[in-house]
Amino acid sequence: MNIQVADRSTSASKGKVKQAIADCDIHPSPKSLEIEIYPYLSKRWRSYLESYGFIYRQGFPNGPAFPKGQPDAARRDAYPPNGGRPGSDLEFMREQHLDPNNVQLGILNPLKSGQGLQNSDFAEAYCRAVNEWQIAEWTSKESRLKASLMVPFEDAKASVAEIDHWAGNPHFVQVLLLSRTIEPLGQRRYWPIYEAACRANLPVAVHAFGYGGTPVTGGGWPSFYIEEMVGHAENTQSLLTSMVIEGVFERFPTLKVILVEAGFAWLPALKWRLDKLWHRMRDEIPHVTRPPSELIQEHVWLTTQPMEEPEPREHLLDTIEWIGWDKLLFATDYPHWDFDDPARALPLKLSKERRENFFLGNALDLYGLR
Amino acid sequence: MAKYVVSPAKDIPPGGRKLVEVRGRPIVIFNLDGEYFGMLNRCPHQGGSLCNGQLVGLVQSTEPGEYHFSRQDEIVRCPWHGWEFDIRTGHSMCEPDRIQATRYNVGIEAGAAVTEGPYVAETFGVTVEESYVVIEI
Repeated sequence: MNIQVADRSTSASKGKVKQAIADCDIHPSPKSLEIEIYPYLSKRWRSYLESYGFIYRQGFPNGPAFPKGQPDAARRDAYPPNGGRPGSDLEFMREQHLDPNNVQLGILNPLKSGQGLQNSDFAEAYCRAVNEWQIAEWTSKESRLKASLMVPFEDAKASVAEIDHWAGNPHFVQVLLLSRTIEPLGQRRYWPIYEAACRANLPVAVHAFGYGGTPVTGGGWPSFYIEEMVGHAENTQSLLTSMVIEGVFERFPTLKVILVEAGFAWLPALKWRLDKLWHRMRDEIPHVTRPPSELIQEHVWLTTQPMEEPEPREHLLDTIEWIGWDKLLFATDYPHWDFDDPARALPLKLSKERRENFFLGNALDLYGLR
Repeated sequence: MAKYVVSPAKDIPPGGRKLVEVRGRPIVIFNLDGEYFGMLNRCPHQGGSLCNGQLVGLVQSTEPGEYHFSRQDEIVRCPWHGWEFDIRTGHSMCEPDRIQATRYNVGIEAGAAVTEGPYVAETFGVTVEESYVVIEI
């Protein structure tokens, strides 16, 4: 048969009945700020944005310090046929991702969302606009999608007000923070956010990236983008350590934290190291009354993408065993370039129950949607 | 092995590419300066569509600070994770012996030869005057 087929890939195994999945990291974009975000910004902030733009806490004023290796950090086949940025067209997202990959639950994590803006008042207004936009353009049109509650996290008081404003709204399933913050996320300036999230019965997700003003690695500014990619794991270990050591989980016993897009294979080693030092230096942090590994086990989940790909792949089984099969939430990162295809990302023999929980059940349980 | 006529040659100019389906397999045909190459349209890593990949050259380095650029537009980069494959051989650039894209032999035949068989050309008419891309599977 000599037929020409559409040139945008959907999925390798299209047509087969596939394991339903939860995708806990989808990045939507507005088609344009003017059309989709402006309706939710006051005239004052539209005018401010047009005059001064987005000012972040970093020395490089235009865009991320480490450009993304691929335009828009996106899969090159994810540009909607009708134009616009990847992730800006719901119909195309359905066609390329939600339908062929059998996504039953998709969590939206907008990235250009007002978080981390230096102008606190603008950050607050922009987060609100993005929250309104997610409902208007995405979750009210597509019931498989759920929104993340954007908060201007460097201003705890404003963040709490935003959480309180939306508390109980079924469109939102988590509060979203970014991993690079002005101070490590365990510090007390952020505690009111955790308190409000617990009150609203929402988990707190921390997505890799952001603008905290500090270098993207613990050792300073690296030379290459690949080092930033690896640095997300390092950075996330620091924020998790901060949360454990500062006593966040002791203070907020119902808090659930989801670490998004920072890998996961590093977690066992971090738990071992924390436990070892905790036994030796417990008197420095007497408020941490239980082994760090226990606190992490009880309070922390991780999304899977970008999944580590060791050879032999079976090493992942050990790693997941050490983390806990119930602690990982499948994610693709659609439409970004380091997308994990659910049909190919975990090429290992698993029991039916284990596979179902890994790809779907863990997320349904965590978000209370089963 | 059978030979399938998949496209008029003029539809794939030098530097061009075309996605075709032969016996259920999506195959991308590349034209590198008049030479044609076929590759299964699935990256061996996670299945990304190579037809949507960027054509790049080969950057090599003998030591940090020394760079050599060659073979412009003869390497395809997967649109998902950026894995690179040599269009001529299908071999990956990182681990050529271990990871390879599936490739197919592709040739050009004159319309006169194609009309006589044993070629399979089902979806478009073949004329004697034109030449055609033929794939062997």
